[in-house]
Amino acid sequence: MARDAGRLSLFLLMAPFLLWIGLLIVLPQLGMVGISFREKLGPGEYAVGVANYAAFFGEPIYWNTLLRTAVMSVLVTLVTLLIGFPVAWYIAKIAPPQAKGGLLLLCLVPLWVSDLVRAFGWIVLLRESGLVSGFLQWAGLVSGPVELLYNDATVVVGLVYTVVLFMIVPLVSTLDGMDDSLLEAGYNLGGNRFTVLRRIVIPYAMPGIVAGCIIVFMLTAGAYLTPVLLGGKNSSWFTQQIYNQFITRYNWEVGSAFGVLLLVFTSFVVWVGLRLTGQSLASTVAKS
Amino acid sequence: MNVAEPQSPLTRWLYRAYVAAFFLFLAAPLAAAAMFAFNDSLFPALPWNGFTLAWFFGSERPKIGMFHDRRLLQGLLNSFIVGVVVSGLSVAVGTCNAFLFERRDFPFKAALYLLMIVPLVIPGVILGVSILVFASFIANGIEAATGIGLDVLRPGLFLVVLGQFSFLATITTLIIAARLRKFDVSLEEAALNLGASRARVLATITLRFLAPAMVAAFIVGFLVSFENFNTTLMLVGSDAPLTITMYDRMVKVGATPVLNAVSVFLMLGSGLLALVSIVVQRPRKDA
Repeated sequence: MARDAGRLSLFLLMAPFLLWIGLLIVLPQLGMVGISFREKLGPGEYAVGVANYAAFFGEPIYWNTLLRTAVMSVLVTLVTLLIGFPVAWYIAKIAPPQAKGGLLLLCLVPLWVSDLVRAFGWIVLLRESGLVSGFLQWAGLVSGPVELLYNDATVVVGLVYTVVLFMIVPLVSTLDGMDDSLLEAGYNLGGNRFTVLRRIVIPYAMPGIVAGCIIVFMLTAGAYLTPVLLGGKNSSWFTQQIYNQFITRYNWEVGSAFGVLLLVFTSFVVWVGLRLTGQSLASTVAKS
Repeated sequence: MNVAEPQSPLTRWLYRAYVAAFFLFLAAPLAAAAMFAFNDSLFPALPWNGFTLAWFFGSERPKIGMFHDRRLLQGLLNSFIVGVVVSGLSVAVGTCNAFLFERRDFPFKAALYLLMIVPLVIPGVILGVSILVFASFIANGIEAATGIGLDVLRPGLFLVVLGQFSFLATITTLIIAARLRKFDVSLEEAALNLGASRARVLATITLRFLAPAMVAAFIVGFLVSFENFNTTLMLVGSDAPLTITMYDRMVKVGATPVLNAVSVFLMLGSGLLALVSIVVQRPRKDA
């Protein structure tokens, strides 16, 4: 009797979970995979085949875009780590304890504003009639207005800005747990700053570094707004290709194939990252 | 002496300057976007023509403020409705999930937990298109079988709600589960021993304990829903939420200071909500 009641309540508790994951995640993803293997022969006529994937590999613009997105995402991840680590170190190790919470909160502020507003802010700052261009002219560093938008460097800056918080938060929470006596021991044993960083700090912070890098990479590779708005029409981000196939050209078959490729690709990179560092997905993503 | 700090005064000073510059970097685009909401000019650009509130309250062309711009207001309303529905749904499902994963044991628990995390690592664009494809597949199937056209499953606010819910439920689950983990089960046992029914224990003890996390999860959900762009873009129909309306305006008309005004409005709103969520989650002495 009690066992049956327990089973019933377990079933009731599980129902929302299964409906959610089944209907909104698993089945749609499988459906997308299914459509990606469907070839359109004519109106209402379909056959199973790999033509949509062949279209991807046959057209250099497509795979170049994916490659470009990948390289840029890795670059953004590295830049974010380099920029974020010293800040995380400051917050976790140097800032007075009562200021820590406030500083971390300050880091989160841009997160509460839409991607759109952030990108818009960069546009206002960087475009030809923008603040930076105006400042450079006023300071006499340049003679005429300079256009700082629509190039790769700007896209990297905009993306780093959008994702840097997701690097800092896991780093701070790992570094917080590090005892300063580890550093002292390192110095006492004759290590210089660089050795201590390489042999003690980085190994200790590895879980945070991996977690931050994975989240940052996923967010960057899946970004849409920042590359499109700051990079202009030629920014060629892969998500833009997916959007074009789906919404502009209404070619769902090729669009689905692109979606699957992006998903497989990003999952592969994350898997390699986890493998190389011996971490698991649940332990890294769930924590932050 | 802090061993973690650079030792020479010069490097210590440089390090502080770097951290300060970083926070300046974080603030710069927001400050720039906010500043031009108050510039008495038709473009969000220099020169500075003096202070005005026309981009908020103006009612005459060419300076129609955001509170007189019907499409922006409609977008705001749509975003608000979507946000409330999505976060309500996500908190409800998130609470169930939290109990499921924290309190119960069942086969394949670890695998299902992993599946629960997965929506966070699928790019938003892909979540959007996959739900779009699946919903049209079902709508087409129903239409072919019964001749009833189901417009809810075509791009529109309902699909936007589903799309945002698909990943927000993970976030709310994680927030609520983290709080449930800290709950002392002996409190429940004590109440049961004292003769309270299970439903009563749940309502007066466990859910009360979870309430701060549920409120915080609701606010986080609302904010994420309000600012979501990628998933929404793929599922949106003729009724657009605010971020999509703003994007359309930016691409088609170009940037006007009314968008800066909306940005200021959003910054204030989100800041306020974020503050509320922090205050709610702060441990109280009586709790």
